[in-house]
Order: sequence, then structure tokens, then C-alpha cells
Amino acid sequence: MNLLDVRGLTTAFMTGSGEVNAIEEVSFSIREGEILGIVGESGSGKSVTALTVMGLLPQPPARVAAGEVIFGGQNLTRMSDRQMRSIRGPGISMIFQEPMTSLNPVFSIGDQVMETIAAHERLSQSDLRKRAIDMLDKVGIPSAARRLDDYPHQMSGGQRQRVMIAMALACNPKLLIADEPTTALDVTIQAQILDLLMDLRDEFGMAIMIITHNMGVIAETADRVLVMYAGRVIEEAPVAGIFDRPLHPYTRGLLECVPSLVEDKPRLVAIPGTLPEPARRPPGCRFAPRCVHAQPACTAAIPSLELLEPTHTAACFRARELAPA
Amino acid sequence: MIGVAFRRLLSAIPVLFIVSLISFGLMRLIPGDPAAAIAGVSATPAEIERLRRDLGLDQPVWMQLIDYYQGLARGDLGKSLLLGKGVFAATMERLPVTLGLSAYAMVFTLLIGVVSGIIAALRQNSWADQAAMMFAMIGISVPNFFLGLLMIILFAVHLGWLPSGGYVAFREDPMGWLASMTMPAFSLAMLQAGLLARITRSSMLEVLRQDYIRTARAKGLPQGKVVLKHALSNAMIPIVTVVGIIVSLLLSGAVVTEALFSLPGMGQLLTQAVLSRDYPMVQGGLLLVTTFLVLVNISVDVLYAVLDPRVRYE
Repeated sequence: MNLLDVRGLTTAFMTGSGEVNAIEEVSFSIREGEILGIVGESGSGKSVTALTVMGLLPQPPARVAAGEVIFGGQNLTRMSDRQMRSIRGPGISMIFQEPMTSLNPVFSIGDQVMETIAAHERLSQSDLRKRAIDMLDKVGIPSAARRLDDYPHQMSGGQRQRVMIAMALACNPKLLIADEPTTALDVTIQAQILDLLMDLRDEFGMAIMIITHNMGVIAETADRVLVMYAGRVIEEAPVAGIFDRPLHPYTRGLLECVPSLVEDKPRLVAIPGTLPEPARRPPGCRFAPRCVHAQPACTAAIPSLELLEPTHTAACFRARELAPA
Repeated sequence: MIGVAFRRLLSAIPVLFIVSLISFGLMRLIPGDPAAAIAGVSATPAEIERLRRDLGLDQPVWMQLIDYYQGLARGDLGKSLLLGKGVFAATMERLPVTLGLSAYAMVFTLLIGVVSGIIAALRQNSWADQAAMMFAMIGISVPNFFLGLLMIILFAVHLGWLPSGGYVAFREDPMGWLASMTMPAFSLAMLQAGLLARITRSSMLEVLRQDYIRTARAKGLPQGKVVLKHALSNAMIPIVTVVGIIVSLLLSGAVVTEALFSLPGMGQLLTQAVLSRDYPMVQGGLLLVTTFLVLVNISVDVLYAVLDPRVRYE
């Protein structure tokens, strides 16, 4: 059974020039213990998708215009604030891109971990402390008991992200959403944090939805991959399928942008043009204006996701004819 | 934290020195003769001359200055020329009135300013926000004596609920004190409350956009905890700065309010002293008020360290 089912999710934002859909008809599911990677350029709608699932977008200006988010048999988009709060933490929790600003500067890290647990479980102060030390220990904060009273500004970026992870996992969530968890970190620290997430997945058995623009992170962590472009899902497949047989021209373009040490690429190929703004999206296939394979038909209608191979879907009119043999 | 307080105390010494020098110099620059003022219009030149000698005002200015600082070194602020008693004693008689008025006005300021600022920020652009900001604007724009007059007309003259003026010592009759101080304190507080409401609103709006507020929500914390713990504790830092300034605004605003409601406070004492060229009273009174304000500012700096660990560990 799926842990999370997102069906036809459309989130709209009220802007000065009317309502604009940040994401449109986004559908995907996550199984228990699975790591789903969501990849796309900045502005493709990855974070909006995650924040909609968490119910963390400010409403207004944001609004779930259509679709549902089914978690544990319940539709999260219809939940009251109070119900939603009981999901955040023990059900779904989240870590963010900027560990430097995601922790409150005026409270100790121990306090911030402990209040997370206290919000969902009735525990004595000493038990809270023990749990917090235990969590900080699990995420690899050395001499956790002594660091409990430290403030965020006394820690490095990597350590802060570890504290964020400890906080997110403190209530044993079934799903962890990691929104660009390593983007703001040094390369050496990035690998450590990714390893930590994988280890914790094995230990806690939670599913992870990892959002990134980095194909390397996807290759290293994800079981299955969702590719987003201009607010829509354009391809979905197991990680091997994405890297070995990308079916959407955009995904292929993304992979060609990645430098490789193994293959002998003459030069990196950049995708021409830029991601269209939500208010100025082209008609038909959003990628058509930047696509080398575009034909007149591509701008006439929006291609829907089609199951092209047993576990591989893509939204491209020409996917079948362009597919590598 | 103690280090911060100690350093600030040391740096207060030159401030107080300069203030004492300025108040000494300013008083001697204004035209007018204290001896003539005290002796009265019917006094003969000989009487005035004798009085001047008795008060030590026939000495050259630099001798008077040395006398003044010698007195200060002994902890002696001198004797009021007009009242015939020590400056310190005269101040201590009047200061409680002004401090009581300012403290009461501060309670109004904090209650009205912080609460309406928080509500306005949480409901940005709603009718509640608009109403709160309109009242803040009115509070800032309407002079406090005018508001005081309107309140006297309504509550004292028409409704008869509160006395129009006069002072009742808190120790003698707490309820009477409350009755006599409510209108002065409220009319004095409105300007500062409006200021604080606007600062609180913008400070809260700024903080509510921060990543750590999103984190707090993502952890499933209740709204009250997100706002009052995570947001307010960060928003307090600019608010405390303004509160430090507000204390001095209240003390200077009290001069007019005391006159309006005939309260025997520092404002009246010092205005009277300036008008009658009571040199020691003005110098000593100003020095005491300045000392108080300097102490308030030091407390604000210490409060920063309490509120913000990043300051504490520097």
C-alpha cells in the first residue's frame, strides 16, 4: 500500500496579475520506506509540491485549487489546522535547504529538539532531555549531551543540518521531506549528510521525498525519480530508468548537463533558453520552445503522462519515436 | 552579561560629565539674574546685591564651576536657590510622581502597542490591521495635551468619572492614585503606543517570514507557540530598543502632561526652576534625570544579551 498518494494536485497563487498555477495536476505516490527523488530546475514547482503536502504554504495567497493528498487514508488538503499539526512531526516532517536560517537563533538546539517531541508526546522533562540527546547522538553530533545547550550560531552548517534532521526524526515520522537538504553545504559535508539520511532510513524505516536540482544527489539516493518542469511532472521512472533510458527530451537535456568522468563527452550541452515564469507559460508542451525536437503539434496541446514502459511514464508526444532503441 | 553592564557603566561617566557641563553652561548663557528673580520686584539694588553674594553668584563663572564639581565629588548637588532645600531632597519629593506617571503610561504603551502590533502583523492587510494602524497614526499625530484636554472634558466634566487633576500619593490611597493618574498616563501613552504598535508590526512581519518560523510550523507546534515563542522572542530585539527610547519620550512628555493635570512632578519642578533661574536645581535635577535615563539604556543593552544569545557570547 502506498504511504502517500498525491492525485491531480494543483496549487495556485494569487498574484498582482491574477491567479497563477505554481503546480498543475501533479500526481505521484510514495511507498513505505521508499526514497523518491523530485528533480527539476529552480522554479519548476518542487518546493511548492512539498509545501503543499505539508500544508505549509500561507493561505492566502496560496490555494489548493484541485486534487488531493492522501496520507494514511486521509485527505490532507481537507484537514483543519489542528488536525494538520498532529500530522506534522509524527506523520510527515521536513528539513530545508538553509540550515543556517532554519533554526531559531535565540533558542538552544536542545530546546528546539525537545519542544518538537513535547508538542506530540507527553513526557517528563528528563525523558525529553534523554530523547533529545539520543536523537542528536543518532545524527552524529559528537558529545551530544554537552551540546544540548548550545545555540545554532555556535555550530557549523553541516552540524545545523544534522540538528534539523534530529528534530525532523524526533517523532518517528513515516515520511521525511528533504527540500534541497545539501544545496547550501560544502561538497564534503553534502556526502556525509546524504549518507546519514540513507543510514537513518534503514534504521527508522521512514520513506524520504528528496527534492533537488542535482542529478548526482538523485543518483546516489533515490529509488524512484520524478522529473518536474514548469509546474508539471514530465517523467517518472525508477532511478535506473531515468539514467539509462531517459524518455523526455528535457530529462535527456538535464543529464547532458552533468559532467562525467567516465564517458568522454566532447563538451557539456546546455539546454537553450530559460524556464518560463508561471504567469508566462507557453501553450501546449511547456518545454516545446526550448526543445530541439519540437513540432507544431507540441504547442497545440499539453501532453499527458503516458505509461511507455512497465514502470516508466513520460509526458511527450514524440517520446515513443525518439526513444533509444 | 555582567561584563556588558560593567563596560556600559564605565562609558556612562563621560556622558554624565558632559551633561553636567552643558546644563551648567546653558543656565549661565540664558539672560536673567537669579538673585533678582528670588528677591522679587520690590527689592532694592542693595538687597539684590547682598543676596547675590550670599548665593555665591558674585564669583567668576569658573569658580562657580569648580565649586559645583567639588560639591558633586562629595555627592552634594547643592541647595535650591528658590526652595531653600537640598536639590536631591527636592527631586526625591517630586520624582515619584513623574516615575509613577511614566511607569503607568509605559504599561498602557506596552499593552496597547505590543498587542495591537502583533495582531496587525498576524492579520496583515485585514480590517483589524487597518484599524490598528489607523489608531496608531492618530496616536502619533494627536498632541498629548490635546488628547488630555478631550479626556478631561469627557471623563471629568461630562461624565464625572475621574478627577480633572490633582495628585494622590500611591502610599496613602492606591485607588485614588489610580483614579488621578489614569487620564494623564493614557493621554501621555498614546503617542508612544502608536509608535510601538508600528514597530512591533513591522518587526513581527519581518520575523514571521523567516525560515525558522516555517521550521516551527513544520514541527507541528501550535500556533500560539509559533507566534509567542518563536516569533515574538526574535521580534523583541528591535522592540526593546524602541522601549528604551520610549522611556525618555515619556519623561519629557510628562512635563506637559503634569502641567495639564496639575501633578507636582519633575516636569513642574524643573520648569519652575528654569523660569526662576534656580541654577543648582536645574543642574542637579537634569543630572539626576540623565543618570536615570543612562541606567535605563544600560538595562536595555543588558536585555539584548538576555534576549539574544549571539550578543551574549561575543
